[in-house]
Amino acid sequence: MKTYSFNPVELRLLLGSLLAGLFYAHPASAQDDRMIFSRFMAERFEYEGNENLHLFKWDIKHWIGNDDHKLYLKTEGDYSADQDIFGRADLQLLYSRNIDTFWDFQIGARRAFEPERTFDAVIGFQGLAPYFVEVDGAVFITDNGNLLGRLSLGYEMLLTQRLILMPRIEVNVAAEDIENRGVKAGVTEFEAGMRLRYEIEREFAPYVGFDYVEEESLREHHHSVRFVVGMRFWY
Amino acid sequence: MNLSYRRFFILALWLPLLCFGSARAGTYTLTIDEKAVNLTGKPQTAIVANGSLPAPTLHWREGEEVTLNVVNRLKEPTSIHWHGIVLPYRMDGVPGISFAGIEPGKIFTYRFRVKQNGTYWYHGHSGMQEQQGLFGALVIEPAHPHRPTERDYVLLLSDWPEADPERTLARLKKQSDYYNFQKRTVANLFTDLRERGVSETINDRLAWGQMRMEPTDLADVTGATYHFLVNGHTPAMDWAALFSPGDRVRLRIVNASAMTHFDVRIPGLKMRVIEADGQPVMPVDVEELRIAVAETYDVLVEPEADRAYRIFAEAMDRSGFASATLTPKIGLQAELPKMRPHTLLTLADMGPMHVGHGAHAEHQAAVPNDNGLDQPPHADHADHTGHQRHPRPASVPHAEAPAMGSYKALDYRHLMAAAPNRGWRQPDREIRLRLTGNMYRYIWSFDDVKYSDSEPIRVKFGEHIRFTYVNETMMNHPIHLHGLWQYLDNGNGAFNPKKHVINVPPGQTVSVIVIADAEGEWAFHCHLLYHMDTGMFRKLIVEKAEHVRE
Ligand SMILES: [Cu+2]
Repeated sequence: MKTYSFNPVELRLLLGSLLAGLFYAHPASAQDDRMIFSRFMAERFEYEGNENLHLFKWDIKHWIGNDDHKLYLKTEGDYSADQDIFGRADLQLLYSRNIDTFWDFQIGARRAFEPERTFDAVIGFQGLAPYFVEVDGAVFITDNGNLLGRLSLGYEMLLTQRLILMPRIEVNVAAEDIENRGVKAGVTEFEAGMRLRYEIEREFAPYVGFDYVEEESLREHHHSVRFVVGMRFWY
Repeated sequence: MNLSYRRFFILALWLPLLCFGSARAGTYTLTIDEKAVNLTGKPQTAIVANGSLPAPTLHWREGEEVTLNVVNRLKEPTSIHWHGIVLPYRMDGVPGISFAGIEPGKIFTYRFRVKQNGTYWYHGHSGMQEQQGLFGALVIEPAHPHRPTERDYVLLLSDWPEADPERTLARLKKQSDYYNFQKRTVANLFTDLRERGVSETINDRLAWGQMRMEPTDLADVTGATYHFLVNGHTPAMDWAALFSPGDRVRLRIVNASAMTHFDVRIPGLKMRVIEADGQPVMPVDVEELRIAVAETYDVLVEPEADRAYRIFAEAMDRSGFASATLTPKIGLQAELPKMRPHTLLTLADMGPMHVGHGAHAEHQAAVPNDNGLDQPPHADHADHTGHQRHPRPASVPHAEAPAMGSYKALDYRHLMAAAPNRGWRQPDREIRLRLTGNMYRYIWSFDDVKYSDSEPIRVKFGEHIRFTYVNETMMNHPIHLHGLWQYLDNGNGAFNPKKHVINVPPGQTVSVIVIADAEGEWAFHCHLLYHMDTGMFRKLIVEKAEHVRE
């Protein structure tokens, strides 16, 4: 059985390494399983639009850490070229703890920059569900104690070894109306889409696809279908 | 026996050896350095001994007192481990276990008496140096040589990566299926639906999906980055060995790969396996043999025709191959066989994983014992099992001995020691070791505990321990124990073969008996480099004889 006890030595080791410049020297022995790794992943880096709408969107995750403890940086958002404004942009800083073969528990904070500057606490989980469904879910607790939630599910279908079709669903929900943010209780945003990418390298894959987006707020409601083109890259 | 008496006794035994044996004492110097090489079309840096890739083959003699000066010209620490050699543990060469390693600019002198003969190898045990070229063959002449063969060659198989091995490991940590370009696609789904039917296909996909695993996951690092080499040569460079028709050719096959199991065959020739891991076995004729990482097999071939033969070693996952030529005349080419399609892992291979965690149901044993012994696959000789139960008692000089059986492919069940093991008895206790891993995050472990979190395994000097390896993963794990032999329990009793590496296939259980006859602290690990490096490693301590009495 795995123990989930907090190990201060390990954490200090992790933080020490993080501060010490992040790059690991060659180990003296060939059995060093405490190495620090990091991964920058631009899952989506794309143009999204239709006749009325032209958006530039990003969804980036960066982690650094060892097998058990990781520090996560997540940022998502969009920029409207027509209006020269950011529609939504936030940054999350999370501590991620491996709790099971396929699952990480995450806790941290989210800072939203646009449209409102807000600050939320985050409790989430991330991992791979049976049948290879990639899951990223989080609960956000606002400074007024309101609850928001986000869940995204993704799946990869291999058409060939390098041509991959990826359906994806993201749902954002709110427990109650939040006046100052214009948030309406219920499903605030629903996004379902499909991206077809070609892995020129594992690390570099351009893609095309579409998204169906439904947004619901105290001020407005709209839904639209958008064409996307972008690239996924990581290192 | 009183300790001082025992010391005296041992000294008395050693005296004649000192008089005669010390006549042979070889001093060897290995200088470890970086070297620019070009095997992939791009310049790369290799770590080499005496400027050679692979490292030079060392020829020792049984009974010889060897002195090996290892000079470190690198900017990082280094070490050399003498794989499969029985020696004092301070000479074993594992940094952090048996010594401190060799710092840059320093020299370490290994000194020990060679108590065995056969084919072995040596390699770096620091960082990823083994993957970067630091490996070579050891050929040890017997004290009383038997009739030599007309030709005697070393075939050192290896896998050479396109990227820096640290980067390879980092990629596996970020995306563990990075190198698998043989995954099942939508097209395979339709083929399966057509060929296997809807319900079977769906059930199969659901079962694999439930486990979140891929049946094509035969190798973590593949031909997507590896170039497979024979004696440092790519198939295009075509390393060649000469023979005259009618010669008996001894091939000492060493798998010095970091990660690759090979299926070796020489189309047109039968291979007579005469030694496994340096130890004589009852000769077995095979058309093909699978050699796990770090194993060695000595085979005899007798090419009659005046033509070239291809020595063909396919990577187990069929992502590439190593190849060389056996030829009567330099320049003569042999046809290059086609690679065969790779096999998929089956749900049965997944053993307990598929059954479900927690319920470690007893599954099919890899090595059936005497009463449950079924016919080895592809057996041509029906009387083989009979031979196994009544082994020929005496050791036969293997070059002359007739084969004990003839098979399509070598199987561990075919291996039988050429001479009975002295001191064979039932083990004193059993240690079960589960081979575990988290493929998704690329963490490997024993009993779900990786090395940095583990306690050493302690055994007492003189103890006979049965180690039972239960492979709960979907990968083959070649388990290597330093300094002590593993007697594979394949139902041959005193004739069980002894090995330094035991490959445990996916989902299977294999037992070995270890006689703790060497004091010290030994490394005990999976020999897949990236498995060892990510936690599939233990320290095994054989406690001093004095402690036994306390
Ligand atoms: Cu392994």
